[in-house]
Amino acid sequence: MKPSIWVKRIAFIIVLLAIWQGVYMSGYFPAIQFPPPTKVFQALVEGFADGTLVGALLASFKHLLIGLALAITLGTLIGVLLGKSRQADETAGMYLIAMQSIPSIVWVPLAIMLIGLNETAVIFVVVLGGTFVMALNVRTAIHSVPPEFIKAARTMGAKGLPLFFKVEVPASLPYYMSGIRLAWAFSWRALMAGELLSNGPGLGYSLRFAMDFAQMELVIGIIIIVGVIGSVVDQLVFSKLEKKVMRRWGLLK
Amino acid sequence: MFLQMNEVAKRFADHEVFSGINVSIEKNQFVSILGPSGCGKSTLLSMVAGLEDVTEGTLRLGGEKILHPGTDRGMVFQQPALFPWLTVKDNVTFPLKADHSKREKEQIAANYLKMVHLTRFKDAYPHELSGGMQQRVAIARALAMDPKVLLMDEPFGALDEQTRHILHDELMKIFEETKKTILFVTHSIQEAIKLSDRVIVMGTRPGKIIADFPIDIARPRERDDTKVIEMEKKIMELLEDEIKKVMKEELDYETKHLG
Ligand SMILES: Nc1ncnc2c1ncn2[C@@H]1O[C@H](COP(=O)(O)OP(=O)(O)OP(=O)(O)O)[C@@H](O)[C@H]1O
Ligand SMILES: [Mg+2]
Repeated sequence: MKPSIWVKRIAFIIVLLAIWQGVYMSGYFPAIQFPPPTKVFQALVEGFADGTLVGALLASFKHLLIGLALAITLGTLIGVLLGKSRQADETAGMYLIAMQSIPSIVWVPLAIMLIGLNETAVIFVVVLGGTFVMALNVRTAIHSVPPEFIKAARTMGAKGLPLFFKVEVPASLPYYMSGIRLAWAFSWRALMAGELLSNGPGLGYSLRFAMDFAQMELVIGIIIIVGVIGSVVDQLVFSKLEKKVMRRWGLLK
Repeated sequence: MFLQMNEVAKRFADHEVFSGINVSIEKNQFVSILGPSGCGKSTLLSMVAGLEDVTEGTLRLGGEKILHPGTDRGMVFQQPALFPWLTVKDNVTFPLKADHSKREKEQIAANYLKMVHLTRFKDAYPHELSGGMQQRVAIARALAMDPKVLLMDEPFGALDEQTRHILHDELMKIFEETKKTILFVTHSIQEAIKLSDRVIVMGTRPGKIIADFPIDIARPRERDDTKVIEMEKKIMELLEDEIKKVMKEELDYETKHLG
């Protein structure tokens, strides 16, 4: 990336912080409702120093990793079934789209009533948040394998499972990677929804805790952490992986 | 006969593509199939490859009935259809069975990549190659499994004029070196005459074989050779009648339904 782009981006943040500080100094909002940037920064430093935020982050990552791994596994199985079997697709494909359109926060009451106010319920919501979008993308991935690859492979004696694993799986990898990226994004949102209404620990729980104790600086601080993690993980891990695969597959120059 | 088509017919649902196809092809012959678009050339080739079912009649290769795809028939399509996740070398060794040792595979790949002059690119990925180079890899890949017959469906149709001429010469060399039997589908009369021992002309509606010429002209064949020009004219006239027939039918259909 060109350095000038970074200069613009950093300047933008500085301007934003300056406006924030300006509004604070105008005294329009009471200080308890509208802390200055410095106080938010201080709250974050303290949170990390005394370990509460570190613990919350670790708990959140644990929920996310377990939930996302399950979502990817389940989504892959459902997606392959729907992608390979016309019967299954005609029967259940429509419902999958319906399920995918349900916002994950809707699952939280169901999870709490079914499982209880515990971490398993949070993981359950994360799984539901990621599975359907993963399944839809895997189904698309399999449908979008170029038929000429399959024809060529068949003339070279490939069929059945070897044809599936040696041609269809690698051919669908670019879409599969998009599926994983989306599953991560959906799971991350679901995680926050689940934790916000949970009994902790977790970043979402810390957020509600901060609200309950009227610590606006911590509320803003945690929102910033959530945003930073969401975009950094997407940019550094999933987008990168997806682009790498696309480039190798010749889909991106 | 080596490759035998006996009263072969193909129907899709209620649409008959062709019927009564009888062709016998000898070993080490280069046979081209010419015909207007839609007459079923690709379909016939896919049937020989085993990719399409035979509706009626039988196809035999070396006396054995063709029922499925098999490594005794290699196919090259208009699109190279190389696997983008494999290097050039790994694409070429893709059809080789597991009972080849790693060294054998390397050797086979090296051998065929040399034949198509792409040794230098053995570790490249397909998207790093030009269209003509990709098609040469596809040819090497089809040859690597040492098929008895090489089926080629307009393999040079998507390439520019110069590249096509270079690949014609390469294919002729490969044909002489490997002594394969080649069944080659093309739109181009010049291409068919330049390359083949024999040209089969298909007509359409209903699809059938309307002519079958041996090309007894010494190779390499020059475009301005009088024998070549004569042959071109003969086939051109045959095809023009067919194309006129198709156009008239389409026009009649339009006037009837839109008129
Ligand atoms: N899977 C299919 N289902 C139904 N009809 C088909 C199918 N494949 C081919 N056809 C029909 O069979 C006919 C012959 O098609 P084919 O592709 O073999 O023609 P072709 O001679 O190769 O034409 P071209 O020169 O344009 O490549 C066409 O009318 C086409 O519409
Ligand atoms: Mg065709």
